Amino acid sequence: MTQSSAIYKVPDVAGHTDVSYEEKARLFAEVKSDVRFSDYLYGCYECGICVAACPSARFYDFSPRRIAQAAAREDVELIYQQMQEDIWECSQCFSCLRCPRGNNPGGIITIMREVSINNGLNSAKEALGGYSRIIYKIMSTGTQVSPDMLQPDAFPDWGPETGDVSNNLDLWRRALPSDTLHTTSTGWDVSERTLVELYLIWFHTGALSMIKDVDSGLHAILQEIMEERLEDEGIEL
Amino acid sequence: MTIPMEALMHKKANFERDTERYHDFREELLNLADSGEIMLQRITGETAEVPTKYGRMKRIQKGHLWHHKSCGQCGHIPGYSTSIFWVMRKLGYDSLDPKDQTSCTAWNYYASATSNAAAQAAVAVRNFAAAHETGYYPMIHCGTSYGHYKEVRHELMAHPELRREVREVMKKLGKQLVLPEEIVHYSEWFHAMRHEIAAKQTRDFSNIAVTVHPACHYYKLVEGDAIYDPDVYGGQRTAVVTALAESLGAEVRNYSTWFDCCGFGFRHILVQRDFTRSFATLRKIERMKEEADPDVVLTHDTGCVTTLDKSQFATQAHGRNVGIAVMSEAQFAALAMGAHPYKVCQLHWHSADYRPLLEKMGIDHEQAWAEFQADLARLERGEKRYLDWDDVDA
Repeated sequence: MTQSSAIYKVPDVAGHTDVSYEEKARLFAEVKSDVRFSDYLYGCYECGICVAACPSARFYDFSPRRIAQAAAREDVELIYQQMQEDIWECSQCFSCLRCPRGNNPGGIITIMREVSINNGLNSAKEALGGYSRIIYKIMSTGTQVSPDMLQPDAFPDWGPETGDVSNNLDLWRRALPSDTLHTTSTGWDVSERTLVELYLIWFHTGALSMIKDVDSGLHAILQEIMEERLEDEGIEL
Repeated sequence: MTIPMEALMHKKANFERDTERYHDFREELLNLADSGEIMLQRITGETAEVPTKYGRMKRIQKGHLWHHKSCGQCGHIPGYSTSIFWVMRKLGYDSLDPKDQTSCTAWNYYASATSNAAAQAAVAVRNFAAAHETGYYPMIHCGTSYGHYKEVRHELMAHPELRREVREVMKKLGKQLVLPEEIVHYSEWFHAMRHEIAAKQTRDFSNIAVTVHPACHYYKLVEGDAIYDPDVYGGQRTAVVTALAESLGAEVRNYSTWFDCCGFGFRHILVQRDFTRSFATLRKIERMKEEADPDVVLTHDTGCVTTLDKSQFATQAHGRNVGIAVMSEAQFAALAMGAHPYKVCQLHWHSADYRPLLEKMGIDHEQAWAEFQADLARLERGEKRYLDWDDVDA
């Protein structure tokens, strides 16, 4: 597809400043070069089974079929638009794996999201707004859902029980019969050595670097925490 | 209009599996182990065999298991984890609850995408290597971890360059690229052990009606590896949870939107909860209530219990037709075996009202709560720092 054939082309894309066709082609090339991409796309019958099964399609202007079709047609204009908007609406439930062709639109979206993060796209920054604490928890503690996250002001719609948990947190955690679950700031007690190994994984696979462009402050904090612990262990990167 | 399930099931009564349809990964796994590319952790000791979607028999190791815990269960639904531990202890199978374990970190992967294939594979393999070092066999508590680890296994088998990258990372950790012979979810263990669980049942559940929400990441990701049984839904849906509930004498009722996800959405449950709440109640809870009117919804994954349970409070305020207790089948099985609703099953962490269910089970929840409060008072007086397994069975 050429630049001029994109009839839906507008000065901005999903509220974000448009970029050149070449830049869009480069982003798609990054998606396509991912090791998982060839396992996720085999063509499209346009049957719509994926849409019928998709929870996000019921509540948003979102379609897993459009994701698979745009990728199959290598429509870089539409793919860029999707990377600036649609991909963050996916629920990642993988109901779309019902596809009779064996496509995995949810998997394609996973890759598109990673490329959006890697390249600091505006949609990624917006989508991860208010999400820093989760990323911080996962990357620094190795568990993402901690008991002390259950705060009534964060989850007012979850009922009064959230307040009960929050008010009694330490006592209720100490009442759990399993030795590893007496924690309040992590899901369970993760050993020091395990964290060191996890940090090495984040560094050596480039996962830590991924957030540099979308949240430089968080990246700096995590890097400092990890480097300090690794230094304490006498490990040089 | 609801789906005419009985007519559909009758049409599919003669369904036969095509065993050739799904590639059996084990031969390839063995080849990789023989060539020294991976270290394979073998199943040992007593096992049970259960059928998977396309007929392959999956072996489930009964004891000497390494609990790969779920961060969401441990963090927000701790009675889910303690019920798994408790049932295993009651059946006399040994296990290890390790500190040398991270979560699968798939929340990063599926929600924020601040990870990549190599990092996710390395996290999985690090946990598998940690289990292998202890000699205990990994059993995965979280449906997402289970589904994601199967994806990781597939990616590692399919892509030599990914194996090389992960092996290099593992080398820096002083570990090998370890994969278990089978990736096993706790609900598969409960399914395989359902008759042993039923043999230890102390509470009558014959008047309890349940609906089952099958967890997407359990049976939609790498679907051929999930448990299906010709005797349960004619082999058309996963048999886990349902077969266990039936073994315990409960009545499993059908509803039309069983295939729908719960609405969890990973990022949605945290930052777009209006979607999660709407989907969970309009497409799941209200449909169940209208079509099946169950006493409890049983499911087998972390996010599903959270979503279906927590979404009902605000919806109830809008006068919607909701209000069903929600728990994992592990908690349900523990209750059937006589577990304490608060000391073991930790139901006070749940939001949807579970008390009418306990009453139907013949449990005096007011007395049980008083017993739990008495234990808490002992902790507050400093008589003990923590409760332990002896306390919960006292």
